[in-house]
Amino acid sequence: MLLNVDIIYMLHVMFRYQFMQHAFEAGTAIAIVAGIIGYLVVLRRTSFAAHAYAEIGFTGAAGSILVGINPVLGMLAASLAGGFGIAILGKRAEHRDVEVGSVLAFALALGLLFLGMYTGYATEAYSILFGEILGISSSNVFLTVIVSMVIIAAAALVYRPILFASLDEDVAEAKGMPVTLLGIVFMLLLAGAVSIAIQVSGVLLIFALMVTPAATAIRLAKKPVYAIAISSGISLFATWAGLIIAFYEPYPVSFFIVGIVFATYLAVRIIQRK
Amino acid sequence: MHGEKDVRKKGGIVVSARNLTVNYGKKTVWHDANFDVARGEFVAVIGPNGAGKTTMFKLLLGLQQVAGGEIEIMGSHPKRGNPKIGYVPQKHGIDNETNVECVELVKLAYSGNKLGFSISSRKENDAALHALESVKALDLANKPMSALSGGELQRIFLAEALVSDPEMLLLDEPLSNLDIRRAKELVSLISSVVKDRNVTTFLVAHDINPLIQFLDKVIYIANGKVAIGTPDKVLTSESLSELYGTHVEVLHDSMGHILIHTLYGAQDEVKENDYNASKR
Repeated sequence: MLLNVDIIYMLHVMFRYQFMQHAFEAGTAIAIVAGIIGYLVVLRRTSFAAHAYAEIGFTGAAGSILVGINPVLGMLAASLAGGFGIAILGKRAEHRDVEVGSVLAFALALGLLFLGMYTGYATEAYSILFGEILGISSSNVFLTVIVSMVIIAAAALVYRPILFASLDEDVAEAKGMPVTLLGIVFMLLLAGAVSIAIQVSGVLLIFALMVTPAATAIRLAKKPVYAIAISSGISLFATWAGLIIAFYEPYPVSFFIVGIVFATYLAVRIIQRK
Repeated sequence: MHGEKDVRKKGGIVVSARNLTVNYGKKTVWHDANFDVARGEFVAVIGPNGAGKTTMFKLLLGLQQVAGGEIEIMGSHPKRGNPKIGYVPQKHGIDNETNVECVELVKLAYSGNKLGFSISSRKENDAALHALESVKALDLANKPMSALSGGELQRIFLAEALVSDPEMLLLDEPLSNLDIRRAKELVSLISSVVKDRNVTTFLVAHDINPLIQFLDKVIYIANGKVAIGTPDKVLTSESLSELYGTHVEVLHDSMGHILIHTLYGAQDEVKENDYNASKR
């Protein structure tokens, strides 16, 4: 009973701060999107592409800081362009590690150059690389929620074709399904999801939101719908718990979120070893 | 196994090729093929690696251009996304890490082309279970594909192809990872599906032995040429020597198995070419 009162009081204190409200709103939307898209990433084995979009997004963000545009928009534009590029090269391109890796290294270097040219304070770069959900502005919360809703609606619309093409592309193609178009749609959804998720996890920790929860969920559920629900659930729990802990502790929120996600993954793997 | 004659009478010709030639890039894969296959026939497509067996399937699926001659399939030209064809490719994105229930894959084969989100429809579920039942895999419905053996997985893929109730089945190397006993079990199952549903079936294999007693016809592709006929007509030293353009011996053992022995390294040469071709 005492504990309940404490939690309510704690949340009450926390939500008096607008930056915490914003962080919860954006974090919730991002966690749900990451859980859904992450499942398809794991099924298609395209986690490296997810990482690539994050780094291409970094270049876009750094470029927009330089010219004075909202970095979230720059991130979105750059990773969507990258997503389109990889998708039109076909599904095999998703697995061309060397080519994708070389391009993203260059993208990262380009981002570094943009930041070098920028005369402002370098904290922007730090928050793009490692995430800074506590500093999210209300306009970016709005943008994040809108992008999330578009991604969820689009994913629901093409859910079955993308799921089928991800599991058995050759059969889908033989059935006359537009597998290349579906690949492009998926890559765009992924690029969009990655660029909003960067606000929480940063470029370098993107795996923790886009891959690890889904990789955990796929071990726990063999029905796709359940796996997606669990994957989103893990992301949501980690984001909320991470935000609450970070409110009371002076350490970075990204660490707590990634730490919880990783601990869940580890726990499931250890339990399943038996 | 002599009931096939009746089946053949039931259906007319469903695949007919005249002077058919296909290219891969600028290279001719095989040329001037003439063959007819009737409704409900069980046909093996045999030949060395890279001889163009999968190309034959791509052609029937409408994924491969015709370079010369004509082919008609169930009364029309080959077309992409033909709903009358059920296809089991050689490679799948599914392996021992795909922790997804078998019935989910079969359901997606039934309604995966539909837009919109649906948790599960009764019709879809019934169709999937019926397909699984027809390959005696109902007990595997709720097992994850990651936990299945090679033979069980092939039965799931067969159910995936059958769920849309096709008139023709194209099975690309379903026996390749199975030992001879499992291969024979699967072939016997496929053969009963062929008869029950009167579905015309092409099966690509590199070993004819598990199949031979069940087949109506053999299509043998080698050396850029295509031969067709009943197994006892095609699988002879004379007919294969003519096909390869070199001396070939067909050896029989006491168990009724055959061994096709290509002398002068003819087969190795073809294999090498095919390996390079498949690498692209």
